[in-house]
Amino acid sequence: MAAEGNAKPAKKLSLKENYALLTRGLGWEPSYEKKEDIFRYIHFEGVKIHDWDKWEDPFRLTMDAYWKYQGEKERKLYAIVDAFQQHNGQFNVTDARYVQALKVFINGITELEYDSHRGFNILAREFPGVGPRIAAQMQSLDELRHATTQIHTISQYAKYFTGMNEFPYQFDRVWYLSIPKSFFEDAVTSGPFEFIVAISFAFEYVLTNLAFMPWMSGAAFNGDMATVSFGFSAQSDEARHMTLGIEVIKFLLEQDPGNVPLVQKWIDKWFWRGYRLLSLLATMMDYMLPKRVMAWNEAWEIYYEQNGGALFADLARYGIKPPKRAPETIAEKGHVAHQMWSVFYANRDAVGFQMWLPSDEEMAWMSEKYPDTFDQYYRPRYEYWKAQEAAGTPFRNTTLPQLCQVCQWPCLFTESGDPTTLSLRESEYRGQTFHMCSDGCKDIFDDTPEKYVHAWLPVHQIYQGNCFLPGVDPTAPDFNPMVEALRYMGIKPGVDGGDFKGSADATNWEKWTSRPANIHEGAYTDAVRDTASPADVGARKAG
Amino acid sequence: MSVEIRTKGVKPLSNSFGHLQRRFGDKPATRYQEATYDIQSTANFHYKPLWDPAREMFDARRTAVMMKDWYQLKDPRQFYYGNYTTTRARQQDAIDRTLDFVEKRDLLRSLSQDIRERIVHTIVPLRHYEWGANTNSAHVSAYGYGTAITSPAMMNTADRLGMAQHISRIGLLVDGNSGDSLLAAQALWTGHADWQPLRREVERMFVTRDWFEVFVAQLLVADALVYPLFFQQIDAAIAGASGSALSSLSDALMRWYEETAKWIDAVIKTAAAESPENKALLSGWTVTWRNRLLPALVPIAQRALGNKAEDALAAAAAALDARAAKLGLTV
Amino acid sequence: MATTSTQPVFIALQANNDTLPIIEAIRQDNPQAVVHDYPAMVKIDCPGRLVIRRETVEEHLGRAFDLREIQVNMISIAGNVDESEDEFTLEWKSA
Ligand SMILES: [Fe+2]
Ligand SMILES: [Fe+2]
Repeated sequence: MAAEGNAKPAKKLSLKENYALLTRGLGWEPSYEKKEDIFRYIHFEGVKIHDWDKWEDPFRLTMDAYWKYQGEKERKLYAIVDAFQQHNGQFNVTDARYVQALKVFINGITELEYDSHRGFNILAREFPGVGPRIAAQMQSLDELRHATTQIHTISQYAKYFTGMNEFPYQFDRVWYLSIPKSFFEDAVTSGPFEFIVAISFAFEYVLTNLAFMPWMSGAAFNGDMATVSFGFSAQSDEARHMTLGIEVIKFLLEQDPGNVPLVQKWIDKWFWRGYRLLSLLATMMDYMLPKRVMAWNEAWEIYYEQNGGALFADLARYGIKPPKRAPETIAEKGHVAHQMWSVFYANRDAVGFQMWLPSDEEMAWMSEKYPDTFDQYYRPRYEYWKAQEAAGTPFRNTTLPQLCQVCQWPCLFTESGDPTTLSLRESEYRGQTFHMCSDGCKDIFDDTPEKYVHAWLPVHQIYQGNCFLPGVDPTAPDFNPMVEALRYMGIKPGVDGGDFKGSADATNWEKWTSRPANIHEGAYTDAVRDTASPADVGARKAG
Repeated sequence: MSVEIRTKGVKPLSNSFGHLQRRFGDKPATRYQEATYDIQSTANFHYKPLWDPAREMFDARRTAVMMKDWYQLKDPRQFYYGNYTTTRARQQDAIDRTLDFVEKRDLLRSLSQDIRERIVHTIVPLRHYEWGANTNSAHVSAYGYGTAITSPAMMNTADRLGMAQHISRIGLLVDGNSGDSLLAAQALWTGHADWQPLRREVERMFVTRDWFEVFVAQLLVADALVYPLFFQQIDAAIAGASGSALSSLSDALMRWYEETAKWIDAVIKTAAAESPENKALLSGWTVTWRNRLLPALVPIAQRALGNKAEDALAAAAAALDARAAKLGLTV
Repeated sequence: MATTSTQPVFIALQANNDTLPIIEAIRQDNPQAVVHDYPAMVKIDCPGRLVIRRETVEEHLGRAFDLREIQVNMISIAGNVDESEDEFTLEWKSA
């Protein structure tokens, strides 16, 4: 420090300079301990990083700015959540079917946010570079935010509707919740570089727009101001995370040409794994929103085919190709939501939300949105099931389906290009046969069978007798493995799942709101006085 | 849009989530409770972590401390993300006003060269101590068990980055935003004899695996010695020679330290009361790290305080011992 | 330097009072931008590059504006980000 420096006014710092001064120099080369003993996990994957300082932070957030902007978001969000709770906003949604989607959300998605928080926390500890470490810790904190705000918002619904009260318990135990659980555990148990490519790039950058933008917009369209508020508020963090996703890819690819094939392999794997996970959103969008904003196939066209196309065109200069199994996703886009709803309907006694067959209005909408597939393959199936319901002999599955060893969906998907043939694959490993739902999942299994054989596959576990509460005696004469497995999962048969019509949620809804529980079917009970939806009522009052 | 609801007849089916009802009864839960209790997965893990194949992804065995219920380790501040960020944002507003006041009046730049050099030599290198604390705190939240401890540890991780940046700003106020003081401070931290013993202990924490030991070493012991020594004793010595400009900025650090100590104390006290084994472990770690860190602070304390250094360190050590004893440890 | 890419970049913002001046500024500075309205959300596509200029937002807003305030209402983006005091830019580098 030169004394004469004080004569001039202090230098004005730009955003970039300020950020660089306040972050980059914080780290140092250790000399008392070996670097590889401090950062132990960055070598085993084979990624080569020559200069961690080449990392570019697009959003140059210092901690004070983080607190400031995030604090403002939280104040806004909780003002809405408080008002929502005070005014019983849970009854303002279109109908009680919409609430079933929130059950999938809190039981299947909230804990993913938490796992994501943990995954980024590990990176925040293990990356040697200051820039990426700070980006990871801010994201870890954001993910904690997402879990928290989802719980705080949906807790109001959980007080008035069934099936949402045991979300942490169910996430660890319910058979179909092993789909999201195994997805994120797969990522977190990988090495740090695979994790960040999987989550920041393949999942957040390439895929989550597709789910959260149309889905949250749909929540708004159905009058759920609380969910759209946490959803879009979380997305504002996501926009920051997505730039982390693209920066990490560029960083890895620019650091060493040897990283290119590794990154490509992870993109191929996690694009497929993420796509399979998000198929759940496909069915939520097409079947669980009483009023729809966009169909799954349209969302796939906009957010994957167009935007993903632009992204992979940009990455072509590094030698990166679009995900290997992208063509299958395009071929399946007219089928996936319908196939999935059919499986849930058939297994509705073993799920934690209630099911219905699509109404005439909804089927007309699907015919219009899916002109090449719906009338040909799925309408006849629904009409047949409707007739069976009307005849008093509703169709239901009594055994649990075969699950895919990788994605853990029931093997319910069809061959791409042949929607009448189920797609089934298998691989041998150490003398045992493992089943997969698709080529995409088989690729993943065959690359790392030693990892996937450890998957906690719920249906196998049930049949092996591992899913009973303490004190249950499987040798007792009246022992019923399915009944006991549902108890173990925390699902109350006839309350949490089953048929929507006649359910506690539908009956309470009509009693409490005097509006139909299903806007397309008229009143189920005589508590209904007004068959118009709230939006119509509003329009009438305004007019 | 207004919707007519017969709210009088509407009674909730339950007042809180099942896991909260089992802990606290069927009554409305606080936002802290909703965001904290039983949130982390505990069962049916799918894969062996490639980075730790002998354990599960979430595994209580990453520390020797044992708790029957890890959710006993609650945070008396009841922080969840929302009240944490809005609290920090509010505090930062006040800090920004002080920074602005000091900058506009050139309060640190106009100090004598001798005092400015003292600040750069004895205060600014602590930005690296804070970055080390950030690493250690991230270790606790990354490998800890149960949201009750890991969530505030994550917030503490963020706090330590904030503190590192606050101390860096003190440097920039001294050097007129040239960044020279930060470069000088890094050279001191990595090369000057006054700082090497402390850096040695910080790096030793980096290779300590048991996350609860890291918690004790960094958050209980090191902070309890470093904060009072630098931001009270050394700060007071500088203020005695030059007025309170620096103190107006270190005040925020002390306030933060006192707030955070409430959380640290609650965690230690509860874990020690759980079992004699825990008490012995925590006491042993406290003694070990105290005995490492106290001598490590001698050279920089002597540089800053001269012949008063010994008393200053003895006072900080006595305060730590008394605090540890109050928390049920034997030191 | 202008990009040669014509691949679409986009920004999606919450539809509320805070974002109206931002959307107006985007329209003004990006003649090729196409604005799509959805429930609670506005998505703006633009070929190759989209820029948000602080000065233009300030003109529409009538007060000083820090571009980082966009984060509060931003839902999503596509494209490489560059952020300075004066401009927030999204662009694809290659065609
Ligand atoms: Fe998230
Ligand atoms: Fe699969």
